[in-house]
Amino acid sequence: MAPRICALCHKAKAMLKRPKTGQQICRECFFYVFETEVHNTITQSHLFSPGDRVAIGASGGKDSTVLAYVMKTLNERYNYSLDLFLLSIDEGITGYRDDSLETVKRNQQQYDMPLKILSYDELYGWTMDAIVSQIGRKNNCTFCGVFRRQALDRGAAMLNVDHIVTGHNADDIAETVLMNIMRGDIARLGRCTAICTQGEDTIRRSKPFKYAYEKEIVMYAYFKKLDYFSTECIYSPDAYRGHARAFLKDLEAARPSAIIDIIHSGEAFEIKDEIKATQKLQQTCQRCGYMSSNTLCKACTLLEGLERGMANSGITDRARKKLEAEGPTPENLRTIPYFATPSGNPAIAVSIPLETAL
Amino acid sequence: MSTISLKIEFGGGLELLFANQRSHRIDIPCRVSTDNDTTVKELNEKEAKAVDVSYLVHHMRDHMLKERAELFMENGTVRPGILVLINDTDWELEGEGEYQLKNGDEVVFISTLHGG
Ligand SMILES: [Zn+2]
Ligand SMILES: [Zn+2]
Repeated sequence: MAPRICALCHKAKAMLKRPKTGQQICRECFFYVFETEVHNTITQSHLFSPGDRVAIGASGGKDSTVLAYVMKTLNERYNYSLDLFLLSIDEGITGYRDDSLETVKRNQQQYDMPLKILSYDELYGWTMDAIVSQIGRKNNCTFCGVFRRQALDRGAAMLNVDHIVTGHNADDIAETVLMNIMRGDIARLGRCTAICTQGEDTIRRSKPFKYAYEKEIVMYAYFKKLDYFSTECIYSPDAYRGHARAFLKDLEAARPSAIIDIIHSGEAFEIKDEIKATQKLQQTCQRCGYMSSNTLCKACTLLEGLERGMANSGITDRARKKLEAEGPTPENLRTIPYFATPSGNPAIAVSIPLETAL
Repeated sequence: MSTISLKIEFGGGLELLFANQRSHRIDIPCRVSTDNDTTVKELNEKEAKAVDVSYLVHHMRDHMLKERAELFMENGTVRPGILVLINDTDWELEGEGEYQLKNGDEVVFISTLHGG
């Protein structure tokens, strides 16, 4: 077969078929269109203002590694004037997170960005390894999800950043839309497709890769020879998400626009006022100051269950009643440090790559 | 029986299914069964074809894969979500499974299904 010529520059050999458009393009044109589309997403959604301090949620995986690289590239190319940081959460999973954090540490050097690692151990006094050894492999993802969300916000507050960007891509978002539909969680549908979300007093979170296809992210990492880590979490067989993902890939194989169509469907679900009214009002957690829809936030509830040896009390109502019947919360219970929103000065010193520190 | 030599690379966690080895060199026959049966001893030339990527994938499943074939193949081809590059070019531009392999070709398989 004669080599195909790039549909954009009409010079170089085409090396990739774009999933979005079917266009056949060369490596250099691919880098350019991929980066430019992310730039367009950023500018059209007004994600940043000059001088913003932005943390990249970095797991060492493909999406966040490519995001860090592209954010750095665009920040320099288009003078966004952003201060970029890498923020990693160490869940304490031996043989998984310790290896992926090594990748993030290399990224810190390669991209010359300050890195902050915040561990579950220092924040909650529990690693995921310890949690799993107490509760087994049921509900462990609930603990991890609640703890990670709060840890990211707290890490961001420590870095005194305005904004967290995450590597969620179009495939991830379409998958989440499907899962919310299958679970009947209509209230979440609109929010999960939003490019930028902000709670009452939390740090903004956004997804510059909202319209970037997974295939292109992986191809980008491959062609650029980016250093990323790819092993499934050893505790995570999130079977439900796995099915949604496999289903989505099958749909995409039959019709490439399926992913973007599903995202648009999610966006089109408007939450009616009556439904909004039943959603609980946000307040702050009595114990740790993090935003919450109850007197205690989810993380504090889960932590109390762990500390008192009744881990399910944060998960089922029955176990919760049992915990309450055991008596009031002990005075000396381990709690999460009080949450303070970013104020003026960075709360902590960050580790800066050696070259810039000198 | 004449053979060709290929370089096979894995990425994105797919190597875990292949003895956790990222790079492999393999030899496969030039002429193979049209039904991709990799166990045929005496090849009938009437039912033979030049070796292609489709045969390669069957060969990999039958002779290289160490575990969980369903994570590599589905419906006679690689599972959706696995990217294939032939000499660094997206296999979708090279005829996918119908691409006829040449001596020295490099084929890369990358899983996109592992976490971000
Ligand atoms: Zn080109
Ligand atoms: Zn709390």
